[in-house]
Amino acid sequence: MKTDQPMRPSRVRPARRLRAAGFCLLAMFILPGMPSQEAWAGGPGGPADPADQSDPGGPADTSAAKGLQIARDARSQDEGFGNFSAGMTMVLRNKKGQESVREVGVKVLEAADDGNKSLFVFDQPRDARGTALLIHGHKDRPDDQWLYLPALKRVKRISSSNRSGSFMGSEFTYEDMTVQEVEKYTYRYLRDEPCGDDLDCVVTERIPVEKGSVYRRQLVWRDKSALRVWKVEYYDRKDAHLKTLTLGEYRQYLDRYWRAGSMAMVNHLTGKSTDLVWTDYQFGTDIDDRDFTRTGLRRVR
Amino acid sequence: MTSRALVRLLWFGVCLIGVAVHPVASRGQAGNYYIDLSGRFAAESRWFPQTALFQGQGSHASGFVVEPNLYLEDEAGRILNVTPWFRYDSADDRRTHFDLREAYLLLSGAAGNGEWELRLGVDRVFWGVVESRHLVDIVNQIDLVEHPDEKTRMGQPMAYVTWSSDWGVVELLGMSWHRKRTFPGSDGRLRASVVVDNDLVEYESSSGKWHPDFAARYSHTLGLLDFGASVFDGTAREPSFGLCFDCGAPRVASDLRGSSGSSGPPGPVLYPIYNLIRQFGLDAQWTTGSLLLKLEAIRRSGARNLAGEEETFNAFVLGGEYTFFSLWNTDADLTLFAEWDRDGRGRRATNFYENDLFAALRLMLNDVQGTEMTVSVLHDLDKRQRIYGLELARRLSDAFSLDLGAVAITNIDREDLYYDLRQDGFVQLGINYHF
Repeated sequence: MKTDQPMRPSRVRPARRLRAAGFCLLAMFILPGMPSQEAWAGGPGGPADPADQSDPGGPADTSAAKGLQIARDARSQDEGFGNFSAGMTMVLRNKKGQESVREVGVKVLEAADDGNKSLFVFDQPRDARGTALLIHGHKDRPDDQWLYLPALKRVKRISSSNRSGSFMGSEFTYEDMTVQEVEKYTYRYLRDEPCGDDLDCVVTERIPVEKGSVYRRQLVWRDKSALRVWKVEYYDRKDAHLKTLTLGEYRQYLDRYWRAGSMAMVNHLTGKSTDLVWTDYQFGTDIDDRDFTRTGLRRVR
Repeated sequence: MTSRALVRLLWFGVCLIGVAVHPVASRGQAGNYYIDLSGRFAAESRWFPQTALFQGQGSHASGFVVEPNLYLEDEAGRILNVTPWFRYDSADDRRTHFDLREAYLLLSGAAGNGEWELRLGVDRVFWGVVESRHLVDIVNQIDLVEHPDEKTRMGQPMAYVTWSSDWGVVELLGMSWHRKRTFPGSDGRLRASVVVDNDLVEYESSSGKWHPDFAARYSHTLGLLDFGASVFDGTAREPSFGLCFDCGAPRVASDLRGSSGSSGPPGPVLYPIYNLIRQFGLDAQWTTGSLLLKLEAIRRSGARNLAGEEETFNAFVLGGEYTFFSLWNTDADLTLFAEWDRDGRGRRATNFYENDLFAALRLMLNDVQGTEMTVSVLHDLDKRQRIYGLELARRLSDAFSLDLGAVAITNIDREDLYYDLRQDGFVQLGINYHF
């Protein structure tokens, strides 16, 4: 898993082994990377050798080459952001419309030659308050992840092999939250059609390389001018349309980096949905490596 | 409630009020400070289905816990963190107790390509990786009356320096003001036939609880491996005991005004003795895919064994956990734990873990309520004794959560150190309000 953004916490109370574990779980889910993010995702993963994926040169592969090029261009547009912090509010809604809120603080540090580092600190639900998840993303191997459990003051190294579980009970899975590294998919350009706010868009299909993915394929709508993602459709292993993610309220930061302010994930099979709102995006802050260490994890708030 | 409990409660009340009337509301920005006030209030009940063995013990205890937290941070990143803690227990005035879990000033900064951190005051430090017990973890005293699993820790005054960089993390601690382990009073369950009287504590050091204790740890992450090596030199956290035949009586006389709840029973009492010890510890975890392999080991010298003799010994816990993520295509995860606990003293060991196998199952539903359940068993490989545990936690709303726990003790040998606890299995229910 690579990368960057995630989280999940819970605040465990004293000495409850159980709870602690629970947290772990939760935490894992939240992991890294947000979907929207292709934008920032590119960032996180870092420029990984796009060159490795050989460009199919033959005309027969035109759609594959075009799809890959779009993904690469999107990534390179997001390189160099350095770091940012933001707040994330998730509203979980079940079939009956009952709501539940999750609040998480997010910090991301771009790494020059490896995956990005991310830190998620849970603020709500309150029993999870202060729980934190630290992720050191790697391009060539599984990420390193540590969970901080404030009630025990325990820093625990956790497995990063969870992919398909729910992130904090939401409709986002760990896999959805993970940065979408270019290398993790094969691509196919499908067509041009309007999307978002009547923008001129391109639709590509991406197929997870990893066999462990819960998805067979995803369709991605990006506007041509800035390659921002406006919509993603997820198809499960049986190729049933499982979920749809809709992004919006984009804002540009540092005159370059686009970030979606809202993401809505709807699960068509269960009728449940999750609205994710990003607030307080700040780029170029004084975040540095010290915020992403095991010892720094014990100081989070 | 006895006068002792009353004094504790008052004390705590003063603390609470002090925090509460602070002019700045929770989570505000005051001048250049960031202030956050949060905490937990819990109402809890314990039931002991089996008949009590000793006079004064009941079959039920209720109470509450208050644990507010004040967090202050200034622009320079200096942090003040204060967490007082109080429990009231209806049955046992020794379980009604106050503790300062945290009250420290935290400074940190860059050092080379790493960082340094200084914590001054009362804090808690956790070292270790395994689940069945906390073997390497030695900095803080155990708050035993909280739970017999010996995993709840009290605050410890310390000066604590951490220095970390690419080559790992070095922690140095200087401590004084030794904290006494808490023990149930005569009216409490989960106690031996003879009550421990903490007022009669004895220290090996002539400076008593003020003896300076030191600890250090080096830890590092190398790929899939996280490991730490630690040393502790100072006053033991685990006491041995002396028996005093006539210490109980005078205390009873002075406590006559309290009709019940006096902790000094007539007759003999045990008094804790804290020796000076040295302990080397090692903890390691190999994290690969869904499998975590773990080791904790210690070598301790200076402590007395069950026979009351000084004995240098080794102990270890070896095991791991394996998680089935997204079990049967649901959101649930199932984790299996297996650990082998060994204490080189064998039958002279002063704990449950002389040669035991620990197995547990943890199911996490990963639902909106964060439901999780753990069942465990600690199986003695030499005797037939088993200790079963159940823990269940579920969120009720943003502010409320529920905990259910149970402990069952079976087949305890007449010879066993814990024979007196044979009737003390219990079920407990707690409702937490997080603010």
